[in-house]
Amino acid sequence: MIQDIDIVDLKKITEVVHAKYGYDFRDYAMSSFKRRMQRILELKGLTSEALLKKLNEQPAYIEEFLDDLTVNVTEMFRDPGFWRLLRETIIPGILLNNKEFKIWHAGCSSGEEVISMNILLKEMGIMDHVTIYATDLDTGILEKAKSASYPLKNMEVNEKNYIRFQGKKNLKEYYKEENGKAVFNRELLKNVTFRKHDLVLGEAFNKFDLILCRNVMIYFNQTLQNEVLKKFHGSLFKYGYLAIGTKESIIWCEYSNRFIVVNQEEKVFKKIKD
Amino acid sequence: MSKFNLNSSYKAVVIGGSAGSFQGIMKILSEIPANFPLPIIAALHRLKHVRHGFVEALSIKSALKIVEPEDKESIRKGVFYLAPANYHMSVELGNYFSLSTEDLVNNSRPSIDITLNSTAYAYRNKLVGILLSGANRDGGLGMKCIKEKGGLTIVQDPLECMIDTMPKAALSLTSIDYTLNIEQIIEFLKELNQQYK
Repeated sequence: MIQDIDIVDLKKITEVVHAKYGYDFRDYAMSSFKRRMQRILELKGLTSEALLKKLNEQPAYIEEFLDDLTVNVTEMFRDPGFWRLLRETIIPGILLNNKEFKIWHAGCSSGEEVISMNILLKEMGIMDHVTIYATDLDTGILEKAKSASYPLKNMEVNEKNYIRFQGKKNLKEYYKEENGKAVFNRELLKNVTFRKHDLVLGEAFNKFDLILCRNVMIYFNQTLQNEVLKKFHGSLFKYGYLAIGTKESIIWCEYSNRFIVVNQEEKVFKKIKD
Repeated sequence: MSKFNLNSSYKAVVIGGSAGSFQGIMKILSEIPANFPLPIIAALHRLKHVRHGFVEALSIKSALKIVEPEDKESIRKGVFYLAPANYHMSVELGNYFSLSTEDLVNNSRPSIDITLNSTAYAYRNKLVGILLSGANRDGGLGMKCIKEKGGLTIVQDPLECMIDTMPKAALSLTSIDYTLNIEQIIEFLKELNQQYK
């Protein structure tokens, strides 16, 4: 809020990041993108010219830039009703036809939803039958996700969500407290492959029965949302499921008619047409 | 009888409120006609995990349609838009909303500052900003931003507020065009409505 970054400067920065490093932020939603850029300038005490210079002259800075730019706010069992729906309807639906199946967490951030998913699967007794890919653009945050440890101060929210999810245990049974962190049992990541993947420019890399991409596409404009939905369509088996954030929509995307709504409240869709 | 000397150049009304603002919002909604000529965009602090009930509660006495917009939803006049639970709500150039799950701002999501700043940027001098009762300073910087872009600023009279921290924050940060009680805010909105007849 200190300085109002100019759209022209924003464009210059996105152009450099694209041309020099191959990341494309040109179709990000403007208001949140602008706030993130302003935050970086404040955090680093830079002007937009100085940031541009830094991006041009210090290739090593790009990873830190991506880490600061991307929004990495997430919770375990965010929207408990969604996780109950997965447990009670969506996953039993997948199990009708497949004993083993694959899940993609697209834009997994620090991994809270990956851990949530495996707690859910473990409590259903099917964790060993499920393979999970968790991807993000930001390598720094992937390292955090792999560590499966979170600040203890975040656990109050996570535990409240878990109680609303009506899990079988106490969430505390899944982690130990070490140096102010909640360190989750490593077993909860044994079926997970983390990898760097760019939703904007990356290719489809596998086929899935369920894709979770919750509150990621809200940072994109409609042009980009449309393209990403095509990628998800191509990455789903027929009758596979896509879950997006509760206030997101795909209704204006070209491929929306290749999906049906399974649950409008929790925004779960099913691919019905190739 | 014109009290506020308004015209029909405005494109939107944005309202921020927190603790103690619910009764005022209900009163305002009960008086605004269904065909109000502008969108009304509201960021009100609310419990993050309670997704339901707020729209229903606000709808009881309202002639306006009340909507929690989805991401990228177009903005239409005559609709009262409420920032959904646990999302920040911004207005984009091109007259649509975008939502976000960025960190809490002023300990809040939705944050009033985020909604006010983005509407100020999108509507500039064609915006009316109203800040009601509240217990923290969220919205103060947003009102400053509206003023700087040439918009019209109103705060609820601190004497009428259940908790006056929020309007006082705005009053200390920028020049506020009108300090009004809820009855006067309703008169203002009715006069604004008349400009578009």
